[in-house]
Amino acid sequence: MSSIGTGYDLSVTTFSPDGRVFQIEYAAKAVDNSGTVVGIKCKDGIVIGVEKLIASKMMLPGSNRRIHSVHRHSGMGVAGLAADGRQIVARAKSEAHNYESTYGEPIPIKELAERVASYVHLCTLYWWLRPFGSGVILGGYDRDGPQLYMVEPSGVSYRYFGAAIGKGRQAAKTEIEKLKLSDMTCRQGVIEVAKIIYGVHDEAKDKTFELEMSWVCDESNRQHQKVPEALLEEAKAAAKAALEEMDAD
Amino acid sequence: MPSEQKLGSAIVDTVFANMVSSQNESSLLSSEGDSQRTQYPYVTGTSVIGIKYKDGILMAADMGGSYGSTIRYKSVERLKQVGKHSLIGASGEISDFQEILRYLDELILHDSMWDDGNSLGPKEVHNYLTRVLYNRRNKFDPLWNSLVLGGVKNGQKYLGSVSMIGVHFEDDHVATGFGNHLARPILREEWREDLTFEEGVKLLEKCMRNLLYRDRSAVNKLQIAKITEEGLTISQPYSLKTFWNFAAFKNPTVGAEGSW
Repeated sequence: MSSIGTGYDLSVTTFSPDGRVFQIEYAAKAVDNSGTVVGIKCKDGIVIGVEKLIASKMMLPGSNRRIHSVHRHSGMGVAGLAADGRQIVARAKSEAHNYESTYGEPIPIKELAERVASYVHLCTLYWWLRPFGSGVILGGYDRDGPQLYMVEPSGVSYRYFGAAIGKGRQAAKTEIEKLKLSDMTCRQGVIEVAKIIYGVHDEAKDKTFELEMSWVCDESNRQHQKVPEALLEEAKAAAKAALEEMDAD
Repeated sequence: MPSEQKLGSAIVDTVFANMVSSQNESSLLSSEGDSQRTQYPYVTGTSVIGIKYKDGILMAADMGGSYGSTIRYKSVERLKQVGKHSLIGASGEISDFQEILRYLDELILHDSMWDDGNSLGPKEVHNYLTRVLYNRRNKFDPLWNSLVLGGVKNGQKYLGSVSMIGVHFEDDHVATGFGNHLARPILREEWREDLTFEEGVKLLEKCMRNLLYRDRSAVNKLQIAKITEEGLTISQPYSLKTFWNFAAFKNPTVGAEGSW
């Protein structure tokens, strides 16, 4: 539950008496109020899906990408303030590039997650900076196989086999826990992620949304890319069908 | 290559002379501290030849890396893929070629990260290389290469070349270095728009054989690369058959007793 941090919430360099930094918690609220982002680790790769809430009917579908490639082998889905998210992605791209320049191999996902988390954390240490109002779900495929990380505005980063941020994260996490991810291929995972996102989307509260999905798996040659059109359509159809089934009950 | 080297060193020599004679103004010509400029190349590749043919582009280059007059490396791959649609062949300083490959890798990576269904074609890559080489030349710190860039995108064939001073051409057949003098006359006579793959390879082999006979830095181990709309293949290295059984080589000392 949120509490008012009167007086202790004016600066990110102020602790409250009970040891909280309110500015960081407020930043997290920006993430909580945004469209859901879901990531799962299947046996042969990662699937990331975003519930892209459409602010205006004038927007062209496919614009305002929420999932960005960070390098050939990795990508991140962004939730929260879009502009803040863009900066995080830019920094991740730069880190990945520098690593490869120096060490001659693509950046290990663990290393990339650490660097992104460090950078996000950095912006919570100085009063003249503000924390990022966005969290990212970072997925990639390196020598140690597919890996999924999540970085929050506080700079905290953990490795997951299933993660969700944004409005529908509680419901999404419940759904993810029901899945048997270790037996699933990414092909199947794409369908499941679509079902989850369609499932957690609140028709009453929010306007329409666009489903954006990407994957990095054996089938995509370990490259991070948008899920192919055909499969995306198949996933959307399956998700809509599943919704109708639920409504029929 | 030697003609380029002379031109390059002529440019460098005049600049150097100016620098030495006007020490006070040297800071205008050099960057802070020690100025880094390529004075002359160390390990070099010789000619590259490229031709358009019916289905796309064919390119040939041998696998030699010369260290001055020594043929030091004999397995240098001088033909490389660039993105989905292009093929680059390089002559000149091998380390500068490796640097160019790094620039191209970054270029292609950033282009692919947009994930928007588009990718850079040979025309764009050629333009990029021209800008890079020309700007380095203006700073008197050239990347000491002559490059051939070819590819096919959306059915359009493209073949161009760019030199270390930024001079760029686009044509149906191009070559670098000695290839310009020995291969292109052959190509001007025998090249046709509708060459088949086999005819194209035979034509390139004819040019490469000529270069093998006449270019001191050529080695008899070459690769031929083919790029079409479908994709790119670079052949395994192989050698050309050469013919030395000329009458003039038999009994060479017949007119000059005592020589060998």
